[in-house]
Amino acid sequence: MHLPSPFNPSSPHALATAHLFTIVLWLMAAIFVLVTGLVLYIAWRYRRRPEQSEPRQVFGNTTLEIAWTVVPTLLLVLIFGLTVNTMSTVDPPVAQEQADLRVIGHQWWWEVRYLKSGAVTANEIHLPVGRQMLVQLEAADVIHDFWVPELARKIDMIPGHPNHLWLRADHAGIYLGACAEFCGMEHAWMRFRVIAQSPAEFEAWERDQLENASSPDLPEARQGARLFQEKTCVSCHAIAGTPATARIGPDLTHVASRQMLAAERVDNTPATLAQWLAGPQALKPGSLMPNLQLTPDEVQLLVAYLETLR
Amino acid sequence: MSDISVSVETAEPFPASDEQAGLLGWVASVDHKKIGILYLLNALVFFGVGGIEALLMRVQLAWPHSAFLSPGAYNQIFTMHGTTMIFLVVVPMLLGLATYLVPLMIGASDMAFPRLNALSFWLLIFGALLLYFSFVAGGAPDAGWFSYAPLSEKPYATSSGLDYWALGLLAIGAGTVASGINLIVTILALRAPGLTIRRLPLFVWMVLVNSFLIILALPALNASLVMLLVDRELNGHFFTASAGGSPILWQHYFWSFGHPEVYIMVLPAFGIISEVIPVFSRKPIFGYAFVATSTVAIALLSFGVWAHHMFTVGLGHTWDIAFGAASMLIAVPTGVKIFNWIATMWGGAIRFSVAMMFASAFLVLFTIGGLSGVTFAIVPIDWQVTDTYYVVAHMHYVLFGGTAFATFAGVYYWFPKLSGRMLSETWGQAHFWLTFIGFNLTFLVQHVLGIVGMPRRVFTYPDLPGWGVMNMISTLGAFILAASVLVFLWNVWRSLKSGEIAGDNPWNAWTLEWATTSPPPVYNFTQVPPVRSRRPLWDLAHPDKPDWAA
Repeated sequence: MHLPSPFNPSSPHALATAHLFTIVLWLMAAIFVLVTGLVLYIAWRYRRRPEQSEPRQVFGNTTLEIAWTVVPTLLLVLIFGLTVNTMSTVDPPVAQEQADLRVIGHQWWWEVRYLKSGAVTANEIHLPVGRQMLVQLEAADVIHDFWVPELARKIDMIPGHPNHLWLRADHAGIYLGACAEFCGMEHAWMRFRVIAQSPAEFEAWERDQLENASSPDLPEARQGARLFQEKTCVSCHAIAGTPATARIGPDLTHVASRQMLAAERVDNTPATLAQWLAGPQALKPGSLMPNLQLTPDEVQLLVAYLETLR
Repeated sequence: MSDISVSVETAEPFPASDEQAGLLGWVASVDHKKIGILYLLNALVFFGVGGIEALLMRVQLAWPHSAFLSPGAYNQIFTMHGTTMIFLVVVPMLLGLATYLVPLMIGASDMAFPRLNALSFWLLIFGALLLYFSFVAGGAPDAGWFSYAPLSEKPYATSSGLDYWALGLLAIGAGTVASGINLIVTILALRAPGLTIRRLPLFVWMVLVNSFLIILALPALNASLVMLLVDRELNGHFFTASAGGSPILWQHYFWSFGHPEVYIMVLPAFGIISEVIPVFSRKPIFGYAFVATSTVAIALLSFGVWAHHMFTVGLGHTWDIAFGAASMLIAVPTGVKIFNWIATMWGGAIRFSVAMMFASAFLVLFTIGGLSGVTFAIVPIDWQVTDTYYVVAHMHYVLFGGTAFATFAGVYYWFPKLSGRMLSETWGQAHFWLTFIGFNLTFLVQHVLGIVGMPRRVFTYPDLPGWGVMNMISTLGAFILAASVLVFLWNVWRSLKSGEIAGDNPWNAWTLEWATTSPPPVYNFTQVPPVRSRRPLWDLAHPDKPDWAA
């Protein structure tokens, strides 16, 4: 897997930052070498010799002072110009466009709503390659921050202060993202991924997501479905096509189609799902999913049901 | 009304004499030297506490998916590490040096307000106790040293930790403001005859500028702490959006204190460097006026850059650009200082005592911290690297590579004055190299960790390529750094017992504190030498070529 680094840009926005960062790093390296080189040279050249008397007393030199005030200032003017020039490429202005999707930060997961189609998911964002999507960012509780280094700048999600961001991926693949603003107990496991697909694959995915959950065929899964409606699951989670409509936790209509569980805490497999249902606090201490005191049998039934939600 | 009678206060300050022995002699003292030493001891103790907190974090982060600490414990510990190091270590350590040295360096017998001086220190202790009492009162604060709302509000921070945090910092903050006032009045009113402002030692200059920063910046923090307490305890809603308040407001308030605070933690260190480098290079400071003026420039600019901590908030490009430009400008006066220190060394006869080794390392390490600092002023780069380990690396290069290295330089330089004995140079060299290696091993690699995507303030992380190895290197470095502190403590201990006797002026230095005995008597000076230039003791030693004739 490629690292989530601004130096692996996969969008014009991230690319502009990578260019600027590269120029600046070389410049900084040059200044560092100059200063360190001077200190080392002086340390060797002007170390005190035995019996050396006091050196010549020099109090200053105005020409030099002006030089090392003016030269760095000019350098900074140059950097400032590059900065301003790059900002509009990295973060193009948003005029009257309608947002394509809304991402809402929760303690400690991401709610993702496609505003034009109505698809809903959590902790993963699907994008068609090469198409620019306008994301509206909100927060449900505390301040979070949306950061996919390879694709875009980071931007805060603040209660009462919606922000916008252009998101685009030029190559198919998985791009890791994370919450970058400390948001409480499980900040470390508030991660997500962007899955960039060909437009055809994306449309197929979006169509699937729009479908209601079908009622399961296997008896075990049917029992699980009943259990889901009887237990407290329904007070927090929604499954389209069933009476469960709460929006406190992630929408589970297509939970089995997702790659990861609990905001990237573990891979999404029947085994990890069972582990999660049996002890959410053991897997992700502090998570707002309570321990429902399920028996092992109940866990198996629920897993059988949830695995049908593709 | 011509018969105004002037009453002269004749009552003796408490304690009547400073000859009281034992613990009471320290607790009841209003002598700036004893209070200064108490500040330094406080800083040392909490340096140990904050250091242990850092080691706990580094152990937890040594491997991915580690369960050494629970997330709750980790969050309390990183909050306390930051709060401790800033409010109980760095600021007190610099205030301690200032409290001890400023009266001596200006030829005064004490601070302007000795009892206020004691009050400042004991408020610090009171605040520190309040802060640490939180551990047994239901849990330490866990919203970071910056305590962003609404995470710091009652619904999300349910323990009383945040309340102890706010109350503790209020007590400390009030004491710090009093110190600032005290130092300003002392420097402006109690200088020896002939010691004009333009002849002040640069350490005193920087403390003076720093004190103005303190009295202008700390009240912003104190006011916001009260507002946070109102929110938490009286159901106010200054910072909660759902009730019409604004979480962004907290950030503006906090950083309008928080960024000047960075310079509060750095300017006195610049002052130390400006004393140590000339003495060990055997030359006067190069460009005195430029070094002093650039300090004023930094102080003024520091009040106009706070929103560079907020580039990801979405304030709009106009604001981001304005604050980015102001932040870049700070690099100019800072660079001026670096070049003047280097020019001071140029052509000198440099004696690499341990103090000078720390000062030289400061030049290099602070340059790294300064350069990475400029990258945060470049808005698009900040948008990528802020709130990652790149920031952790940057700010430790400023506060450890900068301030702590400068303070160690100052400690090796002034320890003979404080104690009458020299620190061992041999143990000092071991201390220096362990610190230098441990520090760079811990923090250099964190720049890279941030650039490959590791956010800060995480109690653990996924096992991505390279993340585990780099974190392990950092943890190993932290243990070397811890070992260096033990070597330092041993050096202090053995030198206090059996170090070489220092004499009045072991380094052939030039400022007034070296004109009295080591340690100085209660009243500091029997006689202050005449001050006709910036280097009165140089003039005494070289009557043939005094500075005032140059």
